Order: sequence, then structure tokens, then C-alpha cells
Amino acid sequence: MSQRATMDGNTAVAHVAYRVNEVCAIYPITPSSTMAELADEWTAAGLRNIWGSVPVVQEMQSEGGAAGAVHGALQSGALTTTFTSSQGLLLMLPNMFKIAGELTPSVFHVAARSVATQALSIFGDHSDVMAVRGAGFALLCSASVQEAHDLALIAQMATLAGRVPILHFFDGFRTSHEVNTLTLLDDAEIRALIDDDLVRAHRARALDPEHPVVRGTAHNPDTFFQARETVNPFYAAMPGHVQAAMDRLAAVTGRRYSLFAYDGPADAERVLVVMGSGAETARETAQVLRTRGEKLGVLQVRLFRPFAAEAFLAALPATVRAVAVLDRTKEPGAPGEPLYQDVVTTLAQAFACGARPALPRIIGGRFGLSSKDFTPAMAKAVFDELARAAPRQGFTVGITDDVGHTSLDIDPGFAIEPADEVRAVFYGLGADGTVGANKNSVKIIGEDAGRYAQGYFVYDSHKSGAETVSHLRFGPRPIAAPYLIGHANFIACHHWGFVGRRDILRLAAPGATLLLNSPYGPDEIWGHLPRTMQARILALGLKLFVIDASRTAEEVGLRGRTNTILQTCFFAIAGVLPRTEAIARIKDAVRKTYARKGEEIVERNFRAIDGTLARLQEVAIPTAVTATWDRPPPVPAAAPDFVRAVTALMLDGRGDDIPVSLMPAEGTFPSGTACYEKRDIAEDVPIWDPTSCVQCGQCSFVCPHGVIRAKYYDAARLKDAPEGFCAAPINVRGFPDVAFTLQLYLEDCTGCGLCVEACPAFSVTMPGRKAIDLHPKQDRAVAERPRIKFFEALPINDRARVDFANVRGVQFLEPLFAFSGACAGCGETPYLKLLSQLFGDRAMVANATGCSSIYGGNLPVTPWTKNAEGRGPAWSNSLFEDNAEFGLGFRLAADQHVALARRLAETLAPRLGTALVAEILAAPQRQESEIRAQRARLAALTRQLTALGADPAARDLLSVADYLVRRSIWLVGGDGWAYDIGYGGLDHVLASGRDVNVLVLDTEVYSNTGGQASKATPLGAIARFAAAGKRTVRKDLALQAIAYGNVYVAQVAMGANPQQTLLAFREAEAYPGPALILAYSPCIAHGYDLRQGLSQQDLAVACGYWPLFRYDPAMRDIGENPFRLDSPRPTIAFRDYAYQEIRYRALAETRPGEAAALLALAQAAIAEKYRTYEEMAGWQASRFHPPVPVSG
Amino acid sequence: MDLRTRYLGLALKNPLIASASPLTGSLAGLRRLEDAGAAAVVLPSLFEEQIAAETALRDRLDDLASGFAEARGFFPEGSLPETGPHHQLELIARARAALDIPVIASLNGVTDAGWTRYATLAAQAGAQAIELNVYFPPTDPRLDSKAVEQRHEDVLGVVKRAVNIPVSMKLSPGFSAPGAVIRRLDAAGADGFVLFNRFYQPDIDLATLRLWRQPTLSSAAEIRPGLLWIGALAGTLRAEIAASTGVETADEVIKYLLVGADAVMTTAALLRHGPDHLRGLLAGLQRWGEARGFATLAALRGRMSRAAGGWPDDADRGDYIALLQNYAAPLP
Repeated sequence: MSQRATMDGNTAVAHVAYRVNEVCAIYPITPSSTMAELADEWTAAGLRNIWGSVPVVQEMQSEGGAAGAVHGALQSGALTTTFTSSQGLLLMLPNMFKIAGELTPSVFHVAARSVATQALSIFGDHSDVMAVRGAGFALLCSASVQEAHDLALIAQMATLAGRVPILHFFDGFRTSHEVNTLTLLDDAEIRALIDDDLVRAHRARALDPEHPVVRGTAHNPDTFFQARETVNPFYAAMPGHVQAAMDRLAAVTGRRYSLFAYDGPADAERVLVVMGSGAETARETAQVLRTRGEKLGVLQVRLFRPFAAEAFLAALPATVRAVAVLDRTKEPGAPGEPLYQDVVTTLAQAFACGARPALPRIIGGRFGLSSKDFTPAMAKAVFDELARAAPRQGFTVGITDDVGHTSLDIDPGFAIEPADEVRAVFYGLGADGTVGANKNSVKIIGEDAGRYAQGYFVYDSHKSGAETVSHLRFGPRPIAAPYLIGHANFIACHHWGFVGRRDILRLAAPGATLLLNSPYGPDEIWGHLPRTMQARILALGLKLFVIDASRTAEEVGLRGRTNTILQTCFFAIAGVLPRTEAIARIKDAVRKTYARKGEEIVERNFRAIDGTLARLQEVAIPTAVTATWDRPPPVPAAAPDFVRAVTALMLDGRGDDIPVSLMPAEGTFPSGTACYEKRDIAEDVPIWDPTSCVQCGQCSFVCPHGVIRAKYYDAARLKDAPEGFCAAPINVRGFPDVAFTLQLYLEDCTGCGLCVEACPAFSVTMPGRKAIDLHPKQDRAVAERPRIKFFEALPINDRARVDFANVRGVQFLEPLFAFSGACAGCGETPYLKLLSQLFGDRAMVANATGCSSIYGGNLPVTPWTKNAEGRGPAWSNSLFEDNAEFGLGFRLAADQHVALARRLAETLAPRLGTALVAEILAAPQRQESEIRAQRARLAALTRQLTALGADPAARDLLSVADYLVRRSIWLVGGDGWAYDIGYGGLDHVLASGRDVNVLVLDTEVYSNTGGQASKATPLGAIARFAAAGKRTVRKDLALQAIAYGNVYVAQVAMGANPQQTLLAFREAEAYPGPALILAYSPCIAHGYDLRQGLSQQDLAVACGYWPLFRYDPAMRDIGENPFRLDSPRPTIAFRDYAYQEIRYRALAETRPGEAAALLALAQAAIAEKYRTYEEMAGWQASRFHPPVPVSG
Repeated sequence: MDLRTRYLGLALKNPLIASASPLTGSLAGLRRLEDAGAAAVVLPSLFEEQIAAETALRDRLDDLASGFAEARGFFPEGSLPETGPHHQLELIARARAALDIPVIASLNGVTDAGWTRYATLAAQAGAQAIELNVYFPPTDPRLDSKAVEQRHEDVLGVVKRAVNIPVSMKLSPGFSAPGAVIRRLDAAGADGFVLFNRFYQPDIDLATLRLWRQPTLSSAAEIRPGLLWIGALAGTLRAEIAASTGVETADEVIKYLLVGADAVMTTAALLRHGPDHLRGLLAGLQRWGEARGFATLAALRGRMSRAAGGWPDDADRGDYIALLQNYAAPLP
């Protein structure tokens, strides 16, 4: 019996893929990770495939590894699949050629995503799929959640029949993450549609020592070509197999598909050819335009490769005079994008051979790159372009291209959204549960007979305080509309802070209902709305409701949780369901959703629902605009030009309006823009008590967001200080006239509280209070602005006079990494901030993809910044897998340029001054004071070189003279990179002997994609892909690196011993060879309140799980033991650390027996490992690897 | 000597009850206690705040996860345990099935709803009685004694209305008139009293100027408030009394019984010496009683209570005056 369900595209695909495969080799990558995660979870839960087996799900170290495992499993006769996207698919390419070349049936399910070029993007387009189109896989494209579900099965049926492997793809995010109503294929239907004879045939082709064959031979010029041509009949037959599978599915389900789906009149004049979700938009648009008499059709391509020319020609009406082909990819330098080229070729060949009497005009264009919304207005613009006398080839639609002038004009007023739909837009904060509640609402309605629902969710890239916009549609018919809501008849703003900062009525339709979560009641609210908002409410005749959801939550016992309350409001006033029914349905859903979490949560939510209705109030709208204030501009007027012209638009949610001319051509952006985004997200903020403070610097050291800054300065300056500016005499003897200030950037603070936890000083006047303590923010942030301005005008402390050797001194160094969007309490960013403070003005950072590349480099703003002299870290992200090699490249270039500079300097010495040149070339540069001295020499050198004018050697030296200041090269990334995907490269780089510093921000999981297990994940912890608990110990990367003998290795945990961390960073950087720092980084994926992150690090060290040590080959060189164990013997049991975290505790609750066994094993492993370290710490130097020269 | 007694309407084979501790937190521990002679067990308290905190953490993790484009959560779906009191409830049910002695659930609530809910669930799980651990240090100086006492009565009221099994109240001696409060609660329907609980009072760490709390196991010297008030109340209440705090040896058991306790609870000594210590306590009680010719516990119990004339009328102040006057300070 077919069952209606509501789910996202990834789930819909995985549902089928899991059931028709025996092996899944997986690796996480956005936006496909969900499919792999589901497979893993289903395996852990014992779910069986259609043959009654539980599929094997194996996480690999990379997509390259996954493809290799897939290849092997296929060759061994198992039905095997994988799931991937973007760079992941590219890493699979070599194996894809093999798998296809060997005619091996398999389906790869791909949530199609942009390939990183000038920038990375996690969002959807077809550039990944198009990049592998030569591999020999059939390319089958789905356009909706239902279609993705069905075509997942069709692909499996067809590949078994035709032996050509199939890449089944659908639009990343737009389809993979859209939640929609669909009819599920039940297991019996799936079973009926898979032909077991074909499965047996696949098995029969497997490598088998009982019937040995050789496959994968090497050919010579005499045979390779012919052998390559043997596959042609299979490709020729493949479209037939796909269509046959489609027809068989139609016979069982009634849902009919074709290779090319044409929608329109038989005598259409203009046809738009498109693949993926854009086809739905184009179809809906054409239907509306046809009612105006236009003869328009849409041809959706499902099977792109092998391109079935005959089927295409059969689908395209002969009357067509103009064809527009839309590609969701860009192929620079090509005469047109791939689909366009195939269409042109097909029609040209048909015309040339007489199969078509006329050749229509064919134009191609690009749309929707990186999930750029493709709206009906854009589809109309394409049809309009086709009607022009000379339509443009190579157009773009959806952007303003004022450089190449490729973009089509769009009528912003054109909309086709039906009248009987409820279209609701919700503005929420990332952590407020809005998205979760909305997914729940879609489920509630979507599974109701006669009703349909769709949900799509837009996130910003911050990991703390992120803004989410939910687009929900509800209606009486199936909802396709794969584009954002343009005209909402319900708008809810779940976060009061947005009202004064965002244009939340941008999408409001006339007469819409507006719900505000407001601390102000119906009588007061109007006076607190900005002027333009009041005007819009009046102009559009909006209805306004308010609820104080936070207070309601507090009152009903759901402190801090407003999602159920606001969801109840939506159902009460949006009119999707009759009110009483709606409330009953929410309760029903609450029970289903929360049952697994316990009856407690269910009960509390019930109380919230009942309490909400009594508190929800409609506002009597006044007749006139009364506000005298309006939304402030997103960035200050004093911000740099680029920030005002470009960044500001992105911050204001208008990034789509930025024209091509304003975008840098090669992906280069100014650094230090995060300071212009005052996110103001903390509810509680730290307040400094100068009288209690011991000025130790611990608070600023651990601050993840760089919002605590210290300066010392002449106390006389305080006479000009604004009111409330705090200062204390510096607590150093002999400096009576020097003041100290700890300045707090409250609008950039996330309120994580780590500073308070780190503070060792208790207030003498306020018992229980610390010298830095959290207080409700109220209006403190605004009051702090003039103080920050004054603080910033105070002189920067001279780096040469600051003692870098202790934590106290570090607080006076400017952080050149600040105000990132990382999670509140992030365990990674304090290390990066430290790196930037110590070495930032001469650092180059190669950053592996992951959390650190997202909070470090995701637009609109970035936290890596520069100092008052204009110097700062030069940062770049290449890829995930190649970061070590990428960073080594920095070193190689630097070494080469140093050599060049030295040679040129020697050559030019007589003209530049031999003494100066000699000093420069002999300058020691280990201490900061030495670096400062070298900078002064280079300033002199630059003046001399400039004076030499056009002399080619002088100009050459000038171009590389900067390298004569010692560069600090940092290779930064997470454990997913260092332990797994980038391990081979990292290993090679460490073995190279080159002077690079590797910082592994070790969260022990793939944090960015949702906590998947890496080889750093500890024994006994659960993680995604380790749902039943990790069964192996984490890799000891440190010992592996130590084995090389010439690699500096440190294991640090800032929260346990900040001084040791500081020491390790400085030693690593000073060491003239490769250095590796493994930095313990608390992460929300560990499952505890990150405010306890520091104490948790302390426990990790105290139990011996994370011993602190340093291995310094330089010590070996002077005959000392290079291995120093910096933490004492374990003083507590592993359990006392581990069971503070849900990742460990969960298993103890769900599988107590196994958890106990794993805990005992982990404890034994810790004891054994500690013994090893302790023994090493006691060795004579001679027992270590002899000194190895470093090549840096 | 026949050691049988009654507490909370339950027939006990002897007066020794193992009160809530880690030992009563597992089936293995409970079995050991029963084997060693415990006449009843009180399971570890079910803390309303603890459940709320765990639930809030789970909610927060879920909410956080729904705000990221790249992550749909940070833990495998279905891998996280249910939050709520299911573990404690399961232990009640399993203890009931495995033990022959009565199983008493202990609740430590905050809100009326919490008290009601957990009491109902504990009763449904099979608890034969409920002990309300009203841990309510009234440190807010605005809170007067009436309000504090009323709070206790309210808690008792909501729980009594919610369940039909016996309910005892574990109280601290920190009332201005403990006797009156206990009588009031007795009248309000309490089936038993546990006298007394101890508030964990804070100390100060002079190095860090931080308050610190650390549970300390009670010692025999701490039985005196219990002796005083049980002695004063025994025989005047409808409800039965279990003595608690300071039971280290059989001597303390005997003393409590002599002033009128119906049952005696012990935790610290069992944590120090293990469940088998119960055997020693029982043997000591037996020896002492038989040596003095008591055939039944009832004959011994309450001998020294005020109601039985065990205290002279002027004992309270008279003892005090004599104590002060006769006190010889030790030489420095």
C-alpha cells in the first residue's frame, strides 16, 4: 500500500538506495551527508534491504577512498552505492572511469553542488556533475523530492539491466533539503521492480577464485582503442533501459516519467530546455504565460547521458522556432554550456541529415549557480528573450551582469503564486528551534489527506546567532514551486532583534498576517517599530499579532524555548487548518516528535501550547506612521568603500542585488570585515571589575571571539576618557603612571561565559562574583560604543616590549582573528586567535575546508584581519584534502623567494650598502625584537631600492624583499583533514623537513558537517557514522609524527594549561623544520554546555586521556631528552571526564553493557598509552631518533 | 528477639532500612542489601532539576543543530537516550520484581507539577511507598517560617492527592518549632517521617574565595537532634517515624529505637563498610536486646521517649543548666 510521507530529497533517495544495495561506502560532504548518515543509522538499527540483509555501511577516509571501496565491492559482486557532492564527486572521478569502463552496474546518488573555483560554495548547481560527464556514467537528473525518490529506483533498475553505471543527481539544497509531500514506494513495489536475475548476473561477473579471470589489465597502443570502443552497444541501449524502467515503475505506481518530458502545446513556438528543479519553475511559468496566448513549451531533460537524440527530437515539437537551453553550470571558454552543446549538436545533426526541416534558433544561458533562486520571473525573462529578434547567446539570468552584459532583465512584479495557498515566511535565529518547528509543521500538514506542504530553509553561514529564513507553503494541490516565496501571506519574526535591523516585510503580500515575538504588548508595540515598517504595515493593510514568547516560555516551564509557542501561534492565526483542529494536531505531533525524548518534554510542550493561545494578541493598527527612527544602515558610514558598497548589501540580505562589476574577479577580498557586523547576539555579556582584576590575561586568552582586549597606557590619557570607561593602575611595580584597561566588545560577544570560567580572581566586594562576570546585556552594548572608540584610539602596545612568554603578556598583542561567527564557546578559535597574536603579522595560513574555513572565510564578513601597521595573516582555503600540500606550496615559494632576495641583495650590496645588506642577510629572527629590527632594516632597504629607480635588479629585489622577514607558514585544519582525508599529504609534508607549522584543531569529529566520526574519534564515543559507539582507539598522530625524529610535536589543551599551549606554539613556530600541534578543541558535537569547555579540557588531561607533551627535536640536538611530558599522572578515572559528555554518556544509557566494556577498554588504553609516554619522558636522549637535518 | 516492626504501614522484618545512596542505585546493590538483612530500601532520589537540566541540554543540542545548513544534528538519529525519569522508574520496577523487601521511592522535586508527576510515575512503577525529600533550604531572608512550613504542607498535599500509597516526609531539623511542624504535617496526612535530613552547608575555600560543598558522611555524634525530636514526638503522632543520620554502630540503632523510632535508616555506615555492615548492626541489636530480656522490638521501642516517661519533665532546660554549670573547660 503506497504511503504518503513528508521528507526531504536526501531522505527520499536514501530510502530507496538503502533498500536496493548491499554495500554503501560513504564519506560526509554537504549537501549529500544526510543520505550517508541515514544509511549508517538504519544499519545500526538493523533495517533490512529488500533481500532481508542489513547493508554494510563503511565510512572511508575520503570520497576517493569511498569510490575505491565501491569499485572493489562491485567487482566482488555486491550491489554497491555511494552518496556525494561537489569536490567529493571529483575525488571519485578516477574510479568512475574504471567502474564505467568495466561496465559495472551501480548508482551514485549525488546532491549536485558547486565545485569550488574562485570560492567554495556548499550550495547547489550542476558544475560537479558536468565536471565528470566524460567518465562514462549515465547521468540521470531528478527535479523534485518525489522524482528523486522514484528515479533512485529507476536508476537501479536500469543500471542492472544495461550495465552502464548511473550517476543519479538532483539539486543540492533545493531538492536535497526541500521537505515536501510524496508518495513512498513501499518495499513490495521496490521488490517487484528489481529483477533478481540481473542481480545474479551481476554476482556472476564478480571476481571469484573459483572461476578466476583477470580484469584491469594494461593495454598497449595496439589494442586499447578497440577495447575502448567495445562498450558502444551498451551505451546505445542504455536510454532504452532507462525508459523501460520508467515504464515499469509507471505500471506499478501510476507515476509516469520519460527521458525528456515535454510540457506544452504541440505547436509551441518557443521552448525552454532545462534540467533539474528549474524545470518545475519553467513549467509553472509557461502554463501561466500560455493563458495569455503565448505558444510556449518546456522540455525537461532527465537522462542527460547517454544523450538520447531520437527521444529528444521526438519530444521537441517540430513547430519550434526558438529554443533556450538553460544550464546550471558554467564552463568558461566553451562555446556554450554542456546541455546547450548537446541540444545544438542534436538539432544541427537532425537538420543536416534532413530529419528536421528547419533549424530553430538555439540560445544557451546560465542560471541558478550556487542555489541562486530561479523564479518564475526569471523563467519569463528567458521566454521573453526567445521572442526577441536577436536573442542573446550565452546569457545569464538571475544576476546583474554589468561587465559582460549577459544578464536578462527581469520583471520583479511578475508572480504566479496561486491564491489558495498559504505562504508563510519565518525569520528565526539558528539556535531558537524555528527550523525544527517548521519542519514539524510541514510534516503535520503534509501527511494530511487532501493537503500538501513544502518547506525550504535558508541559513546564513554563522555558527552562532545565525539567521534562518523558513519558506513554507501549504495548499490543496501538490506543491512544486522550487523557488523562494515571493509574496507571503503570513510572516513571523521570531527574534525581536530583527525588527530594528532587518527588512522583514520585504516579502509581505497585501493583507498578510504578521506575527511578532515581542517583549511589547499590543498597546505598546507600535511605538517600537521602525518608521519604514510602520509605513509598510499601513500600506499593505497587514494584520499584526504579538506574543511575548520568551515570557510565555518562562511561565509554562520551557525557559529559553519558544519554538512550540510560536508554532502554535502560526497554526492559530495562519488559517492553514481550523484552529481547534490545528491545536489538536500540534499536540499530536508534539507527542510523536518528543516521545523519544521522554514524557517530560511532551507534557511541558502541551502546557506551552495551551498557555500560548491565552497570550497571543491582535494589535489594533493605528492609522498613521508615528515612528521618528528607522533601521540603521548595516555598516557604519566610516566603513571602507568596499564594505559599504558590497559587504553592506550582503549583511542586509540584498546580496542578490550586487552586480558583477562589484565582485572581485579572482575571489580576493579585503580582510578584517567581521568588525563591521555588529551581531549583538548575546543575552548576557561580561562586565569587568577593575578593582578585583589581577590582570592575568586568562580571559582574553580563552575568548573564542576576540572580544576582550587589553592595553596599558599612560594614565594621564584617562582625563579624556568617556563616562564609564574602566581602568586600573597596572599591577606591575615601578610603573605608577601606567593604567590598564580590559575593553569588552559587547556587540561582538556571544555570551559564552568562557572568560568567567577562566577568571581566577574573585571580587572582594561582591562575594561570589568574579573580576569578569556575566550580566544581562540590557543597554550595556550601546553604552560601550564610545568607550570602545576611546580604547581604540589609545596607542597599540609595542610588540617588542611585550613579554610573549606568558599568558599575561599575550593579552597586549592585537588579535588578528576576531569576531568570527564560530559557535559560542568554540574550542578552536582561541587557538587561531593566539596564532594570530603571536605571528599574525608575518603569517600565511593555509586552511583546510571545515568549520575553520567557514567561520574563517565565509562571506559576508571574515575575521582574519590586519594590525595597525596594515599587516596580518594572509589566509586562503584551497580544498579539504590538499591543505598540507597547499601550505607546503607556500613554504616552497617563500624559500625560493628568500633565496632570490638574498642573491639579489648580495648582487646589489655595493649599491645598497654592504653593511646593511650583511646585517639583513645575517639577521637572527627568532625573537620578536629581532623581527622588529629586521623590519626596520628592510624599510631602509626599500628606501635604497626605490632610490635606484628602474634598475631591473632593484625592482626584482623590491618585489621579493618582503620575504626577508621570516614567514610563519601555518597549515590549519580539523581532525577530519589531518587524520583522514588529508593524512597522506600531511604525512608527506611532515616528512619533507620543511619549515611549516601544522595546527590541528582536534574536535575528534567532522564538526562542520555534523559530527561524523574521524580516526580521531575516541573509543566508546558515539558520532555520526559511529552510531553504535566507536570501536577503535583514536589514531596517535603525535607518535607517528615523532617517529620521523625531526618533527616538532606538541599536544595541547588550552583549558588545562594555557601556558603550555603558549609555549608549544612559540616553540613550534621557532623550530626551523616541520611542527605539528594537536590542539584539544571542545565542540558542540561533544554534547555538553560549552561554558564548561575549559574545565572539561582540564578533566581530559587529569584523567590521562589527553596528556600534554612536547617533542622538540632541537633538544635532541643538544643531547637532551626531546620528549617532555607536561601533565602529571592521571588523577581521576576516564569515566569522570567522559561521562560529562553526551557522546560518551549516550552509549552508557542505550547500550550499557557495551558501554561498560568500551569504557574499561578505553581506561586500559589510556593507562597503557600514558605508560608509554612516561617511559619516553624518562629516556636518555640517545634512545630517540638521531638528529636529522631540516631542510627549512 | 522478634525484630519485626511497621513503617509506613508496611510490615518490616526488622527496623533497618537502607536509605537512598549509590548502593540502592543498582539491582546488584539492592540484592546485596537485602541479603545482608535490610528490611526495606529507599531508592536514590529522583531529582526534578536534574531531569530538567538534562532535557534542556538535549533541547539545546537539537535547536542548535536545526540552525546549520551543513549539519542536521550532531549525533546519530535515535542514538541519544530518552531524557526523564525512566531509569529510576525502571529500577523501581526491577527492584520490586527482584526483592522480597519493600521498595520505597524517594522524590526530590521543585514544582508542584514535578512532585505530582514523579510521585504518580513512581507509584505506577510499583513503589510501595514514597519518601518526599523536601530539600528546601530557606536561605531567602524574605521567606518567613510560615511560608516555609506551608510549602512543606503543600508538597505533602499534592503528592497525597496524586497517589494512594503511603507517603513519608524526610525533613531537616531546621524549623523554629520542628515538633509543631511535624504535628501539622501529621495532621495533614503524612504516613511517616524521616528525621532528619541534613542540608549540605557550604564552606569557604580561603585560597580561591569560593564556596565549596562536599558531601560528608554522617557520624555517630550527629544522632542527637534526631534523638531529641523523635523522643519528644514518639507516641504522639499518627504517622510512623524512621530515624536517619549518624547510624554507625548498633548503639545508634538502639538509641533511636529507645526514643521511639519505628525504623532506623542508615547510609553512611554502609558506604563506609559495605552492605554486610547491616549484619553487624542487626546482630548488635539482637545481642543487646536479648541480654536485657526484650522479647520483641515493640517492648524496647519508645522506652526512652518523653511520652513513655523516659524524660523527666524538666529535662530540656534542666539538663542544659546542669551542663553549663558543670562544664569544665579543657586546659589550653
